[in-house]
Amino acid sequence: MDLSAISPTLLVASLMVAATPILLAAIGELVVEKSGVLNLGVEGMMITGAFSGFAAAVLTGSPMVGFLCAAIGGAALSVIFAILTQYFLSNQVATGLALTLFGLGLSAMLGQSYVGIKPPVSAKLDLPLISDIPVIGPILFSHDFTVYAALTLVTGVWFFLKYTRGGLILRAVGESHDAAHALGYKVVRVRILAIMFGGGCAGLGGAALSLVRVPQWTEGMTAGAGWIALAIVVFASWKPARVLLGAYLFGGVAVLQLNLQAAGVSIPVEYLSMSPYLITIIVLVVMSTNRAKSALNAPAALGRVFHASR
Amino acid sequence: MKLKSILASAALAMTAATGTLAETTKVGFVYVGPVGDGGWTYEHDKGREAVVAAFGDKVETMYVESVPEGPDAERVMTDMALKGADLIFTTSFGYMDQTINVAAKFPNVKFEHATGYKQSDNVSIYSARFYEGRAVQGHIAGHMTKSNIVGYIGSFPIPEVIRGINAAYIHAKAVNPDVQFKIIWAYTWFDPTKEADAAKVLIEQGADVVLQHTDSTAPQAAAQSAGNVITFGQASDMAAYGPKPRVSSIIDNWGPYYIARTQAVMDGTWASTSTWDGIGAGMVGIGEITSAVPADVKASAEALRDSLADGSYHAFTGPLNKQDGSVWLKAGEIAADYAGPEGLAEMGFYLEGIDSEVPN
Repeated sequence: MDLSAISPTLLVASLMVAATPILLAAIGELVVEKSGVLNLGVEGMMITGAFSGFAAAVLTGSPMVGFLCAAIGGAALSVIFAILTQYFLSNQVATGLALTLFGLGLSAMLGQSYVGIKPPVSAKLDLPLISDIPVIGPILFSHDFTVYAALTLVTGVWFFLKYTRGGLILRAVGESHDAAHALGYKVVRVRILAIMFGGGCAGLGGAALSLVRVPQWTEGMTAGAGWIALAIVVFASWKPARVLLGAYLFGGVAVLQLNLQAAGVSIPVEYLSMSPYLITIIVLVVMSTNRAKSALNAPAALGRVFHASR
Repeated sequence: MKLKSILASAALAMTAATGTLAETTKVGFVYVGPVGDGGWTYEHDKGREAVVAAFGDKVETMYVESVPEGPDAERVMTDMALKGADLIFTTSFGYMDQTINVAAKFPNVKFEHATGYKQSDNVSIYSARFYEGRAVQGHIAGHMTKSNIVGYIGSFPIPEVIRGINAAYIHAKAVNPDVQFKIIWAYTWFDPTKEADAAKVLIEQGADVVLQHTDSTAPQAAAQSAGNVITFGQASDMAAYGPKPRVSSIIDNWGPYYIARTQAVMDGTWASTSTWDGIGAGMVGIGEITSAVPADVKASAEALRDSLADGSYHAFTGPLNKQDGSVWLKAGEIAADYAGPEGLAEMGFYLEGIDSEVPN
């Protein structure tokens, strides 16, 4: 065992990269749930984004076009969910699950000819001098676009929800759609926009996986990241800053277990491999024991169907 | 119920009849990954294509990709046998017991299981001596590493993989006594995400050579973006990542074997055999050693390759001790293929000097 081989700086830097796909998907889902909609299709939107981003980047040779198409792909899939739940008033849980299955199947089918292909390399930030500062350089100034995009989005969402009129309307719709409707706000329109934003973020998260973290395309490559993103939203009790914390915690455990293995720690690796999921479950259990508190934080109209006639 | 069974037997009789009329031999392949993995399964599928090219209309092949190593494999094999396959290749270690089980139910169907060690009347086993290629990789790795840390991504702790780690280690140590191996078990044959993460962690912990026994090209991509790291293609050439990070590779060449076995089924001469061929027989190829490797290292690596090929040198030649210090091979002694836990086929222990434990 040689724990000194693990560099804390590199550990932090790589956990930021590992956490980015989940962070992007989770911050999008947070906005969706804040508007009172429960979209369980995050996994499906992520994998759709992973594929459409990868395909677009390979075809055009530009990672930025890839990221853009990933966001569009994820948002496009979420429009199906939006139409079904907002106009046809279908059950959100069932529709979300169906969206996940549909996204996984569709991307697997379309992606068959993309397996094993090398995507264009997405550039990393490399500022002269600044990126070379010990500790701070590798952690803050040497990542790729998605890491900064995710952090910007978290800050943006936090600001939007807390300080803007639009954020207030979104929260009002999520707390009581009837009251918001009575005040003249377009509940359905707000929710559709929120759903599309969530889809775009999930798609971007998928592309962070297929274009940066791996970078490769394989069917089912999100491997449950969408579900973890959903859990993180609950874990964060619908607060953007805590979403960041949750995602980094998860990413940290995932990276740490590999580091411990490489350093020769003699803990059976099966335990290390399951630890990120185990911690997610434990955190969710701890969160839900205090029922009064967690219920206070959840948007009151979460998952409830809205119809203007009632 | 009755009608159904009559129909079923009629259908069976008809497929049997058309089968004999057209005189096509049906060959099935069970793959552990997707054919586009660029590694292990890709090469098996090239073997299948070689069979099609060699026999044309006389042969009909079928394959199923990404079959999990578990009960589901048994279902896939049974399905192939029911569809009239005459010969079925099951191409991963984890299909061993399933192949034996299904073969017992279909005594007239011939089975060929890759990399395992259980044989029966209608189950042949075949494998390639990948460890010979690992010896060459270890030799290059030992010469090339500057940090003296070599990273190794293992799939599952099975004899084939452990053999590879040992072969690479002793040949790296022979040319560089300070070399150290860091090993991560990914517990998958094919999962680009896990493989990429494992490669990154190894590189972060100082490895400037990464060897992989998993099938995707993700570790190659991770090494490329990290910069000064070299890798080796696994199962397939992975030449797209040359001349650096990929400096050489182990290439599996199954085509000739698959053609020979299919021919044997057609001729009616098929018998249960155990085949274990290496560089010499052409089942293991060493991919081109690129310009990133200095000329003298390239020359000595090729000399090692040639001595393994002509049989003048065996990759496991004593004196070699096990990890706990006990003697495994005396000076000049050569490892036996089949000698229970002491033999190569069931090797489950590390050799002396590897600072890690085999997970159980």
